[in-house]
Parts: sequence; C-alpha cells; structure tokens
Amino acid sequence: MSAVRNRAGDAVVHLTIDGTAVEATPGELLIDAAERAGVFLPRFCYHPRLDPVGMCRMCLVEVSGPRGFTLQPACMLSVAEGLEVRTASDKARKAQQGVLEFLLINHPLDCPVCDKGGECPLQDQAFSHGPGESRFTEEKRHWAKPIEIGPRVLLDRERCIQCGRCTRFAAEVAGEAMIDLAFRSDGIEVAPFPGKPFDSYFSGNTIQICPVGALTSPAYRFKSRPWDLEQVETTCTTCAVGCRVVAQSSAGRLVRYLGVDSDPVNQSWLCDKGRYGFEAVHSAHRLTTPTVEKGEVHQPVTWHEALDAAAAALRDARERGGPDAVGILGGARLSNEDAYAWAKLAKSVLGTDSVDAQLDDGLPAAAVLGLPHATIDQAAAASVVVTLTGDLREELPVLFLRLRRAALDGVRIVECSTAATALTPYAAHRLAYLPGEIARLAGALVGATRAHPTGVDDEALAAARTLMHSLDGGGEGLVVVVGRPSLAESGETVAEAAHAIWRAYPNARFLPALRRANVHGALDMGLAPGLLPGRVTLEAGRDALSAAWGELPAKPGRDGRAILQATVDNEISTLILLGCDPLGDCPDRELARAAIEQARFVIFVGTHHTGASALSQVVLPVAGDGERGGTTTNCEGRVSRLAAKVLPPGIAWPAWTVAGELAKRFGASLGFEGVDQISSEIARLAPAYRGVDTALLGHPEHRDGVVVPLAAVPVDIGGRRPRPIDPIATPGILSVEDQGSPLELGAAQPAGAAGDVAPGWPPATAVPLVTFSPPDGAAPADEPAAGAYRLVVRRTLYERGTLVAESPSLAQLVPEPAVFVHPAALKELRVAPGSTVTVRSARDSLQLPIALDDSLPAGVALLVANLVPSEGRGASALVDASRPATDVWLEKV
Amino acid sequence: MLTSAPRIVTSRLDHEDSYTLERYLATGGYKALHKALRMKPEAVAAEVNRANLLGRGGAGFPAGRKWSMLRAAETTYLVVNGDESEPATFKDHLLIERDPHQIIEGAAIAAYAVGARLAFIFCRGEFALGLERLTAACNEAYEHGALGGRIFGSTFSLDIVVHPGAGAYICGEETALLESLEGKRGFPRIKPPNFPAAIGLYGEPTVVNNVETISALPWIIQNGGDAFAALGAGTSTGTRLFALSGRVARPGWYELEMSKTTFRDLIFDPALGGGIADGGELKAFIPGGVSAPWLGPDSLEIGLDQEAVGRAGSMLGSGSVVVLDQTSCAVRAAWRITRFFWRESCGQCTPCREGGHWLEKILRRIEEGDGRFSDLDLLMDVCDNLAPGVSWPPEQTTICVLGSSIPSSVASALRMFREEFATHIRTEECPFAGAPHEMAGGR
Ligand SMILES: Cc1cc2nc3c(=O)[nH]c(=O)nc-3n(C[C@H](O)[C@H](O)[C@H](O)COP(=O)(O)O)c2cc1C
Ligand code: SF4
Ligand code: SF4
Ligand code: SF4
Ligand code: FES
Repeated sequence: MSAVRNRAGDAVVHLTIDGTAVEATPGELLIDAAERAGVFLPRFCYHPRLDPVGMCRMCLVEVSGPRGFTLQPACMLSVAEGLEVRTASDKARKAQQGVLEFLLINHPLDCPVCDKGGECPLQDQAFSHGPGESRFTEEKRHWAKPIEIGPRVLLDRERCIQCGRCTRFAAEVAGEAMIDLAFRSDGIEVAPFPGKPFDSYFSGNTIQICPVGALTSPAYRFKSRPWDLEQVETTCTTCAVGCRVVAQSSAGRLVRYLGVDSDPVNQSWLCDKGRYGFEAVHSAHRLTTPTVEKGEVHQPVTWHEALDAAAAALRDARERGGPDAVGILGGARLSNEDAYAWAKLAKSVLGTDSVDAQLDDGLPAAAVLGLPHATIDQAAAASVVVTLTGDLREELPVLFLRLRRAALDGVRIVECSTAATALTPYAAHRLAYLPGEIARLAGALVGATRAHPTGVDDEALAAARTLMHSLDGGGEGLVVVVGRPSLAESGETVAEAAHAIWRAYPNARFLPALRRANVHGALDMGLAPGLLPGRVTLEAGRDALSAAWGELPAKPGRDGRAILQATVDNEISTLILLGCDPLGDCPDRELARAAIEQARFVIFVGTHHTGASALSQVVLPVAGDGERGGTTTNCEGRVSRLAAKVLPPGIAWPAWTVAGELAKRFGASLGFEGVDQISSEIARLAPAYRGVDTALLGHPEHRDGVVVPLAAVPVDIGGRRPRPIDPIATPGILSVEDQGSPLELGAAQPAGAAGDVAPGWPPATAVPLVTFSPPDGAAPADEPAAGAYRLVVRRTLYERGTLVAESPSLAQLVPEPAVFVHPAALKELRVAPGSTVTVRSARDSLQLPIALDDSLPAGVALLVANLVPSEGRGASALVDASRPATDVWLEKV
Repeated sequence: MLTSAPRIVTSRLDHEDSYTLERYLATGGYKALHKALRMKPEAVAAEVNRANLLGRGGAGFPAGRKWSMLRAAETTYLVVNGDESEPATFKDHLLIERDPHQIIEGAAIAAYAVGARLAFIFCRGEFALGLERLTAACNEAYEHGALGGRIFGSTFSLDIVVHPGAGAYICGEETALLESLEGKRGFPRIKPPNFPAAIGLYGEPTVVNNVETISALPWIIQNGGDAFAALGAGTSTGTRLFALSGRVARPGWYELEMSKTTFRDLIFDPALGGGIADGGELKAFIPGGVSAPWLGPDSLEIGLDQEAVGRAGSMLGSGSVVVLDQTSCAVRAAWRITRFFWRESCGQCTPCREGGHWLEKILRRIEEGDGRFSDLDLLMDVCDNLAPGVSWPPEQTTICVLGSSIPSSVASALRMFREEFATHIRTEECPFAGAPHEMAGGR
C-alpha cells in the first residue's frame, strides 16, 4: 500500500463506513477503525488483547472487493485504501441477525439465574442486533451444569457460545493451554485435559472475558446482580505490580474484582490472588475493635484507652532507653499516605529512625530507590532484559505476563536463576548459579571479572555475554529486573550484582521486583532507616524537611533485621508492627519469635488476627484493601489512586488516623485531617513525589497513575498501539469514572519534561535523590561445606500469608512443603521421590518429603517459603540470614 | 456417448497386483519421474499448465495456476489430499488402495516442479488397507530410489510422510488439513489471508492437491500436456474419475472423458450406470458430491464439464454422482445429507455449528410426520442465513464452504419437490415409507 500520510505525517488509509469518510492507521482492524469512527460493530470472539480469529461471525459487514460487496468479519479484515464498508445494509443486518438467532437457539433461558444477566454482551447484542424473536421450536441442547473445570472456575456448557476467548487467553496470554475446545459441531465444549484441572494462576481472566455466563467463579456466583453493584476503580494491593482493578460491592460487602485495561500496567489481566484476595477483607478474623492485653487475655477497649496504653508504653520506652528504644517494623501494606503519616510520627515525634518496611526479605532500600528505574513498558520494549529475581509468576504474576509477551515479541531475556522459573522457556539464556554467587555471576556476565561463578554453564555464560556485548557501550536498551531470588541468599549480594551491571552499563535501567504490595511506596515514604519521604537520605533531606517536620533523628537507625536483633539484645524495648507479622514475613522466624517474646511491649497495628497480634500487648485495628483512599506506588514507581468502596469493620480506623492520634498524645500534631491533605503534603515535601497531588492524579489522562519523579518522561513504545477498552470485555467499567470516583478532578496538566510539574508548587529544593553505591565488596559466600547442599528458599503465589489464609477461594491452594533436589541427589541419598528426608542446617532441621527438579544444579536444595502456619517451623527456620548463603545437609530418615 | 479416450488414472486397475512396485514398473511406472527429472522444474510446471489440469478435489482450480501462485520462500511443502470422507465419494479411496505408486510418482513430479523437499500424503484414517499399501509403496519407492536423497541419481531429493487422518471430514478442507497436520484441531483457517500458497503448513507456502489431481501427473509428463488437453473440451480437459451411486443399476467408478460424456451417458449407458435400479425412473441426481445442488432429469444432456454444470447452478465438485429414483424420498435425502454436515461441522462458526443442526432437526421432524407448513419458509430462511441468496457458488457467512454447502440439498429438495414436503406435512407421514432401500422414507 502506498504510504498516504495525514497532516501530522502519520501514514493513514482512507475508507468509507456507511458512507462516511474515515481515516485509519495502516494495518488497523476494521472493527477497531469503525469503533473509533463511532460505529460499534457487534462481536463476541474478538477481544482487543487477543489475536482475532473471526469465529463467531457476529461482526459480519459488507465490504467492497474485486467480486463486489461480500460479507466479511470486521475483526479479521485490515483496513485498506478505498475500502467501502456497509455495516447496516439489509444484507449485513440480516447476517448479523442470523448469527444472533443461531447463538440463541440453543442458549438456555437462564438469564434470571445467571451471574451475567444485566451485564451480558449476548443480552445486549441480542437487543441491539438480534432478530427480536426466535423461530426455534426444537428441543434445546442439554448438558449437566455447571461443572467444575478447575478449583476457581465453573463451566456451564449450555451457556457457552464457543467463542474461544477463554481457551485463547489460556494459550496466548497465560501461555498455559490448560483448557481447549473439545469435540466438534454443536457438541463442541471447553474442556480441561482429563485428570488435569484448570488451575492456572490466571484462571479468573477467562471468567472476566467470557462474553456470557458460561464461566463463573465460586467466589461471585449468585452473590449479586449487576444492577445492585456499586463499583469504583482502584489499584490491586496484593502485590507490587499494582494492577488497575474495579472493586465492586453489594450491600456493603466487596463481591468482585475485575481487571481494568491499563495499557502501561496490566492490560486488563489480573492474577487470581489479586482477583480473589478481597475475600480476606470480610474474613471472620478481621480486627474490629482495639484490644489491650489484660492479664493473660486481650480485652476490647475504646480507642481512647488503647491509644493511651500504646502511648504510655512508647513514652516509657523513650524514658528508659531514649528514642532508639522504639523500633517500627512493616508498613509495606499501607497506602502511601498511611506510610507517610507513620514515618512522620516515627521520625519527627517518637524520634526513632529504626523503622523498616522490609523484614530482611527484600533488598537494601538504597538499592531499590537509588538505581535508575525502568517502567514495565521500558522492560517490554528493551533489547535485553536481565533478571536477578525469583520466579516472577509466583511473585509478581502480571509482570510475568508482560515479560512473557515481550519475549515473544523479541525481547531477549537473560535469566539468572538457580532454579528454572515460569519465564525460563521464554528466556534467551538461563544462567543457573550456586546461591551466594550472584554478584560474581553478574560480574562475569558484564565482563568485569574473569573469575568463573560456581555452577554456571560455560556455554550459556559465553552466549549471554555475547548478547550483552551486542548492547551499545552505555547499555541503552538494557533493563535489569532486580528482586530477591531466594530468602536464603542475602539482599546485599543481589544489590551488589545489580550494581556490577550498572557500573558496566551506566545507561541500564532497573525494575525493582520486590513483591509486597506497597513496599516501594513505603520505602519512598521513608519507612526505612536513613531515609526520608521522596527518596532522599536522612542526611541530604534533613535541612529541607526539618523546617516542616521539626527535629529529626541524629543518625540513621537500624534496619529490619537489626531491629529484631536489638530487641533480643534488650536495646529496643518496644516494637510497633505496622500490618506485618514478622513470624511469617521474616526469613529468620526464630529471630522474629525471640524478638517479639523479648520485647517489653508490642503494639500491633493491622487488619487481621495473626500470630504476632496474639503476642502483642495492644492491638489497633485499621482499614484495609477496599476500605481506604489515598495512593499506592508500584514496582515501577507508578503512583496510582486507591479508592474505598466499603467501610472498615467495627470501629477500625484508617492507619494514618492512628498515627495522628498517637502524635497528639505526645503533644504533637502531624498536621493533617484527611487523606487529601497528606497527599498534598507529600506532593510538596517529598522530592521524588513533587507535584503528585490529588489534582494531578485525578486528571483523566492520569487514570493509569504517574511514574515518579515526574521528570521521568513516559517511555515512547513506538509502534504499539494503545488499545481501547473493549466495552464487552470489561463489563460496565466504562462508567466507573461516574461512580464514586474518589478524587476531585483537578486542573493540573499532564507531566511533561523535567521540572515541569503541576502548577502551584514551590520550585524544587535542591535535595538530591538517593543514588545507590553498595558498601565495598559485600562478603562473597564461602564455598559450600563438604557434603552440604546450598539452600534456595523461593516464594510461591499461594503462600500461607494472611491474604491467602483468609480468602476461601485461595486458602485451599497452599502447596504442601517439600524439598526439591536434582535427580543426582536422590541417587546419592538412595531414596525414592516422595520419601521423607531430614533437612538440617546449622540452625535447625526439618523433615520433609523429597521431590525432583531437574532444573536445579546438583548440590542445591530448594524449599518454598511460608507454607506452614506461623506457629510451625518452615523453610525460614533453616535460614541463616546473617550469611550470604546457607548450607544444608540431607539425610535419609 | 462413450469416447475412445484412454484411461489415465485407472490404467493399471485391471491387474490384481496393481499396487505393487513390480506391476507398476511393468506398466511404465516411474518413467515419467525419470523424464521430469531431466527437465527443468519450470518445464514440468509448464507441461501441467498446458494440460489445464483442473483440481479433482472439489473446487476445480487449475493445478498449474495454483503452483504458479506460490509465495517465493526457502521452504515449500507439498500436501496430497487423500482425506476423502464425503458420503458417496470413493474415487481417491480406489486410487490409494489400488495404485499408490502412481500417487507417489505424481507427488514427486509435483514436488520437483514446485521445489518442495518434503511432501505429506494426508490419508483418511479409516482407509486401513489404503494406508497399509501407501506406506508399503513408499518403502518400495525409497528402496527403488524414487524417493529419498538424490532421486534416480539426480540432485533432487524428496521425503514423503504418510499421515493418517483422525476421522473428521472437515480435515479434507485444505486449511483444516494443514492445521491437523500441524497437530492442532482441524479448524479451517480464514482466507484471506491464509491461502496455502502464501501461508500454508507451518506458515510456509504449500501446495495442496487432491489424490486424483496428483495421479494424473505421470501421464501428463509422459504424454505431454497437449495430449491431455486434447481430451475433453474447453477448460474441462482430460478424463475424470466418477463415483456413481444411489439408485442406478451399476453403481461404481468410471473414468470418463470430460465434457464429451454427458450425465445421461454416465447414468444410462449400459456399459456405465446401466440405467435406474429396478427399472425405475430418474427423479433427480446430485452431480458433484453431496455439497452440490441437485439437478433434475432435464439436465441429463449436460456434459461432464465443469463450466456447463456451473452454468446449471451446481458443480462437478468431488466427482461423485448420486442418483435418486421415484422411490427415493427427497425429504429424507436432504435430511440425511444435512445430518452428515451437521455432525461434521468443525463447530467454529456460529451459523454452521448451530444452523446445521437446526436444519437437521426441522427436516427430521418433517420426515417423521411432525412438520408444519411454516417450516418450509423457515428452512429457506435459515439456509439464507448460512449462504445469503442460496445460490451456487454460495455466498458465505461462514469461514469455509462446509457451512455454506449445507443449504444445497435443503434448498434443492424444497425448490424441486416442495409438493413432497407438503405431503409429508399434510399426511403426517412419509409417503415413501416401506420402499426397500436406504433412500426411501419412513420412521
Ligand atoms: C468441507 C470440505 C471438505 C473437503 N474434503 C476434501 C477431500 O476429502 N479431499 C480433497 O482432495 N479435497 C477436499 N476438499 C477440497 C480441498 O479444500 C482442496 O480444495 C483440494 O484438496 C485442492 O486440491 P485440488 O486443487 O487438486 O482439487 C474439501 C473442501 C471442503 C470445503
Ligand atoms: S466458556 Fe465463555 S469464553 Fe469460553 S468459549 Fe464459552 S462463551 Fe467463550
Ligand atoms: S499481579 Fe499483583 S497487582 Fe496484579 S492482580 Fe496479581 S496481585 Fe494484584
Ligand atoms: S463453516 Fe462449518 S466446518 Fe467450516 S469453519 Fe465454519 S464451522 Fe467449521
Ligand atoms: S467473528 Fe468478528 S467478532 Fe467474532
């Protein structure tokens, strides 16, 4: 096609749709071009995020061609210069009506009892494009209904219109064709493979995109009718991808989450943990009222009494041991505003800098904040992506989907991982290394060291190095995904590895892959030792911030692990736990238990009863997901809005209010009366967040959030076209902005070039943002001891955390613990798979069934973290978190 | 009129051992391949072009032209379509069982002409004996040097894979066949853009030709394209293998010169069909397989000619001719054919998946005596929703022609024998009940 260009210089093609001239992009599908031109064509199988297949034939239109006008599916036809299209001619209408009548002849009259009723594309399009009445008088097709095709998916084959959206999602997007169409003709049905349930981490998406009520979830089935739903657009705070979702409630309870098509983030998909985790909000184990330990038991008290008790304990601790005697752990599940309020309380009122949102389970905060950030889009458009992280499908599921797609589109992935991950099949190279060797591996990868990292295959390393050499000198187009590959491998060594790559490729960008929902926001808000809100160090920001905050701690405090250790050593007497359970979250569960037992006083601020709340002296209930406004920050540094849809249970308060009330008991005021005021203060005082206030975030263009700092211009993703939300893909969501949109629309302008922030803010103070330089030569791991196995402790999606345990849809999915080894180890131990072995480290020992993973290097033993309740002993009991790597011994029982 | 045209694809079939290499060589086999390998590939293609060999699989597209439309690429595949699963079509079955070497030689010639190094013969899975003979013949051909590396000492190499189908009629449709070969469900692909010549097997340009089309190639190379084109008339050149069935005295296969032989010859000539069974009367005939619209006795003088049958509103299609006599029930025939298409629909497109069964249900009701007069217009309108205008060749609301062929028999029966439908409805029973054969009616 000759390149016709429009005034802006973009190539265009001209066509007419129903007599109206329309301009379209070359290659654009007719169904999309028509939609942009205001002509919505009926459709079922077409989904804007899936490859078109033209199966359902609903979008037939008359199209001009060499043989005159013929009927063609608009979803399969690319626009062409001079194309004439008739979408509503007699012939087109008859074909559309015919298809609809065909779809309905065997469709059961289930509407009154069908979850989809009221938001059903089949109902809607039968009304808009159907024949009005059916001429079908035969017996309809019958099938047993519904059948369970997986633990979270029910299939009603009578309702299925065989559009293949679900099966195509599974194969194309999730990369797991666990369901397919079976049989033929009108006996065709969606089916899992015999004996293999459809238990994909992404199964809920099939339910969302099913255009009829054929797929339903046990979680939502019969819970509500669409017209009884209230909904609000918010952000998933189950992990740090921060998928955009719609939270729907009925009669004051959350009943369903649906994915929103946020182009830079989740592109309409969600993982099942994010989709169903809201169930935990209404669990019977929610904290509803403050309690204080009296004698051996917790007694419900008034907020007044509980806060007094907490304040008294804090005052007592300060009097006895100075401000450093108070330690604050957690906060990664708070909103930015909550985290800011708690950081302000800690650092300016209580005077302690021993605050950490991470519990030794992440990366050094300076590395997370101080490496130049990449967005997900930048990773997806990179030439090379290096991963220094665990299995992303287990930790940041939708990031896995984005990277998988990127790899299929040509991004070359170098995966540094001891065990194979879900991304391995898509990686150009996988470098399996011995835990503890990651920094040496990174050095070897970029050619900085000659030393050969143990366990790494020579050929794979050489090939990966060649790929790295193909980058330009500065490393433009290189994105490194940095997370915590294993809890038995210290965060410092991983940070060191990232730094080695940065030294060699100064233009490389880094996508932090810490997984806990708002861990990035919490660190950004200063919930880490030595840091202040807005990614500045205590030193650098002290002068600018103390004007507003008052006096700040003199020197950096302790990090998460040191806080626990200092508590054991009686240097810290009082702990505040911000929504965290160190017993489950800290890799060193024994240390966590010892600290909590040793502390004179523990104040628990959280949403659910946990092992830690039971051991606390004061328990303060706060609002959780779906109950609070404010903002959250995802792994990219994207700040997006949270919205409340339901009220917190009992007399729980928003977490920031608790901080404010405690401050008052110290004669101080945090200076805000509402979430918006905190947002404004953050926008004013936190350098990296300058200008990111409610007005800016409320702007329709910023519906997907903004990446901080604002100077970072959104990445140009070239030829990829942002896709419109398919109104039949995400039922009802188009109207979200009209329904309970929580923040006022402001007059702010979209972020532009550096320094171009929302008007009305004072000019930038010259506070430098954190840059990362690791402490020189973090100690490398020793060689493994004789006969020992190197331990890997990795994450799994359905670990036994509060969210999973309290969500009925998820609670059953926690896997059984086992120790995984290379087949050679089985031979050595002379045991059969499944038999019990003792796994012993210098700290503790466990008895576990042994299982095979031939992706592991010999000499490595892999366990999964957090599979047993916090009273029990799991993988973390073995970890010696003070060392870069942990050795274990295996013995036959 | 019976012509003196030679038998081209069935020349060997009078021998009991026609399927063996020994007999094949004794009857001039593999000479054409020797000859082709000494020609330039383009010259081989030119010979086939001159022959104007129309595809024998149903669509009747000239083989030479199909080959010339291949997208230029590193890899090109040849696929021989031996899935023959349409009711009353049994010509490829014959060629596969009785002359497999002819298919192999033809495939080698075609592969040489189009530059394919790998060919697949997709053979209907139920042809147990055919598959056995085809694979045995392949082994013999490898032994003989007619397949494998450097065929007959030339620089040309070819491997052939015999692939048994898994029991779905739709896998005879060329793009469904390719999907099936790739190990996927036999869902036809959408054309455009998936014309096999451009985007075929594994995305590479691919020639798909019918078994009979391929079987004609050795003769064409041996005798020249002009000799082939001298037979028949107009665009319908050469001979064609017809499968005659239904209410005729002598059902079976007949290789006849195209165009010069008429349907009357085929059905009534004593050496051919020998007239209607049991001395009956011709009621109608299906000229080209069950997807073709029916013709009546007034069409008997039409030649076995692709264009002439096309002008009469039907097609020569797969070369199977089915005869209905005065004891055959038109409703029942339409119902049985519709039932076949309903069951064999791949289920992809809504109109075919749903419409086929709907039509079947109505027809069965009428045949069983539960019809209503309103059914007649309904049948036609449902047909119209599958193939707008209900004419031939059909306009489609579906992906492949299976769906748009379902109306052929329904509309033919209704247009030609509406009164018979009315009788079923009025008397609440089939007027043909009790006739002693399959095509008769009854519950
Ligand atoms: C539903 C359907 C079934 C078909 N079955 C066969 C078949 O069994 N054998 C065959 O050769 N062609 C069959 N065809 C035609 C093929 O699609 C294709 O046109 C043919 O194999 C091309 O070979 P030719 O050009 O040599 O005729 C079928 C077509 C349709 C629509
Ligand atoms: S279950 Fe739903 S999405 Fe899947 S094929 Fe049926 S109608 Fe389509
Ligand atoms: S990937 Fe993370 S943010 Fe997205 S739905 Fe899952 S848990 Fe929520
Ligand atoms: S017309 Fe029928 S057989 Fe052909 S693709 Fe559609 S559903 Fe399948
Ligand atoms: S065929 Fe176009 S939407 Fe299904």
